[in-house]
Amino acid sequence: MANSETALLVEDLHKSFGSLQVLKGISLTAHDHDVVSILGSSGSGKSTFLRCINLLETPTSGKVSVQGELIRMSQRSDGTPVLEDRKQVERIRSKLAMVFQQFNLWSHMTVLENVIEAPVHVLKVPKAEAIERAEKVLQRVGMFERKDYYPAHLSGGQQQRAAIARALAMEPEMMLFDEPTSALDPELVGEVLKVMRSLADEGRTMLVVTHEMGFAREVSSRVMFLHEGCVEEDGPPEQVFEQPKSERFRQFQAGTLK
Amino acid sequence: MHEFLTSLFSGVLDGYLYPFILEGMLLTIELALLSLVLALALGMLTAVAKLSQSFAARTVAGIYTTVIRGVPDLVLMFIIFFGGQLLVNNFGAWLLEVSDEAMGWEYIEISEFVAGVFTIGVVFGAYMGETFRGGILAVSRGEIEAGHAYGMTRAQVFFRITFPAAVRHALPGFGNNWLVLAKATALVSIIGLEDMVFRAAQAGGTVRKPFTFYLAVALLYLVITAVSDVGLRWLNKRYSVGVRSA
Repeated sequence: MANSETALLVEDLHKSFGSLQVLKGISLTAHDHDVVSILGSSGSGKSTFLRCINLLETPTSGKVSVQGELIRMSQRSDGTPVLEDRKQVERIRSKLAMVFQQFNLWSHMTVLENVIEAPVHVLKVPKAEAIERAEKVLQRVGMFERKDYYPAHLSGGQQQRAAIARALAMEPEMMLFDEPTSALDPELVGEVLKVMRSLADEGRTMLVVTHEMGFAREVSSRVMFLHEGCVEEDGPPEQVFEQPKSERFRQFQAGTLK
Repeated sequence: MHEFLTSLFSGVLDGYLYPFILEGMLLTIELALLSLVLALALGMLTAVAKLSQSFAARTVAGIYTTVIRGVPDLVLMFIIFFGGQLLVNNFGAWLLEVSDEAMGWEYIEISEFVAGVFTIGVVFGAYMGETFRGGILAVSRGEIEAGHAYGMTRAQVFFRITFPAAVRHALPGFGNNWLVLAKATALVSIIGLEDMVFRAAQAGGTVRKPFTFYLAVALLYLVITAVSDVGLRWLNKRYSVGVRSA
């Protein structure tokens, strides 16, 4: 898709927590309809990378542009990075819907309330319209029948599908998945992956931090492998999986493929 | 209404229950509710200050809760009642002086009622602050983060996510504080406010039945706390939606 728009541009992203350098210069260009899988062992910085994109973490240095809009950042005199324009950050976040490892559904709201919350209060969609939209996306992830349940009364897989519905209801430009199946019992992983596959099939732009090698290989258009804060592999899945350049990726693969 | 109550309670506690003591009970309830409003406001402020990034705010809130929780309510009440009077009037006199009599005041007498509300509100504000702080800390980080990730403003995250979830965690502690607060209003009888304890003491002394009259007051407090219990249970139910109960 050579002529598709640039959805996300990340240039030379660094992030440190105190003296610990977690990201050491990561760049990524993603186009519309790309599905990028980000792999790596724990501590490789892959979740931090994802969290820097919607500014849940403020990068120490580097550039992030979403749909051509550069996120304005600066540094305080002591070198701590700060976001310059909170309004801009809020606007950009509303275009990047995130799905979390621990689901993070709002526990005092029903599934339906969770799904309409941000559309109504952030995007200012009229409530009736938001409900209509919510019911559609809940149907899509197979959670319509449970729309009046509270998160605590749902299984992990159901909660994650509800969380995906919450993300879809934002009609996001891009979806960020932060290890969406890692907290699930093995028998529940399939139902979530199935939904994610169908989203990829309909051409959604997705960034997926995952340990699911099958998903990365079959669904993604691009695979990125991080190790100790650096990009070790980056390319189409066939290339990365068939002819990995790095020894570390080979080891990683040997360790994770069952 | 008045006639009805008079006839209903005629002769009870030698005719002192209505209107004499029940009027005192009304004052107790007013005092408790107004103090509660003040305590809630101070408690919210304290909790937010304690959790803020600002060192100054944390320090002020820390001193407030440490001092208040470390000094008996009765002593505080005396300090605020007598000291507050001095402070207000010294301040008024000082204002008169520096503003060349454009501002300030000669002498203001703080009513016992205001002093009572103020003291109880300030004391329980400290306890409420700790309770609210605990409630806010108990809210899942992830849920707050999800609010931010979906583009909510800080205010939206607080009022739509953190607060409702924190209320649920803070309610049991809040209930406790309220019951202790309601009972602490009895202290104001010492500074001369005619609450139900003060009036029972007077009437009981007059007819020489102190035991009976204090027992009656004890029962009246039980009425207040029992009604509170019902209200608290309702609140608890309302804010615990979505909580899996064992």
